[in-house]
Amino acid sequence: MKDTNRTHDVATTGNARSTTVDERTMIPRVDVFEDDSGITLLADLPGVPKDGLELKVDGDTLLIEGSIATPTPQDLQSVYAEIRVPRYRRAFVLSRELDPAKIDANLRDGVLNLRIPKQEHAKPRRIEVRTG
Amino acid sequence: MYESLLNFPGAFFGEFERLRRELDDVFGATSVPTSIRSVAPGTFPAINVGNTVESVDVYAFAPGIDATKVDVQIDRGILSISGERASALPDAKQAGHVYSRERLSGRFHRAISLPDDADASKVDASYRDGVLHVRVGRRAAPQPQRIAIQ
Repeated sequence: MKDTNRTHDVATTGNARSTTVDERTMIPRVDVFEDDSGITLLADLPGVPKDGLELKVDGDTLLIEGSIATPTPQDLQSVYAEIRVPRYRRAFVLSRELDPAKIDANLRDGVLNLRIPKQEHAKPRRIEVRTG
Repeated sequence: MYESLLNFPGAFFGEFERLRRELDDVFGATSVPTSIRSVAPGTFPAINVGNTVESVDVYAFAPGIDATKVDVQIDRGILSISGERASALPDAKQAGHVYSRERLSGRFHRAISLPDDADASKVDASYRDGVLHVRVGRRAAPQPQRIAIQ
């Protein structure tokens, strides 16, 4: 893969691939796109309520963790399951021109919408050319 | 709570089942017949099915859809869920770059065979946090009937 990503996906190399049963997590699917003022990240986290979602920025690493909390009947017995782990986890490395202090997060219908703005000095600007 | 959906009676054998599935994914061996309506792993939406004494509970993990436009049907014991998810990506005309494009957009459809005692007249569906829950009632177990010999 060409290394053009501004946010490098570390989920597959980091501790997300843990072997113990309790720490197994799913890697949520994401869309990532960029415009002049920042990066938008959309992540599918079905079943995760607002208080089950945890977003952390540590240095230049953005960590998304979510726990599924879909209410189920007490006596429910599973007969078939494609979702077998009730947790999502994925981490991204942010690049320097992004401003982690101003990340805006919105969770709706199981889709996390993250807006990571660029630092003011990193936004493209037009340079006036003076005629002299 | 939610764990009950994930706990299989034989968790130990469940691990073998998972291993078998992973090997099948790699080698494409399908020694065991699968359901005629089974789909490839990772198909949208993922589905979990559970039973209680009085209902069959189907959970479809379908985030970011318009719940009013989802079509849920039961026809001859087949529950089908279909709908459409709009793409959230910017148009190609707009400035910017798309780096990851993993989320499904467009039409989706899943079908599940319900058990024989499912009662299609007792269905309710709800959508919460991106999970569509379809609860299908079960008919009361018929009492054994004595047949008189003429």
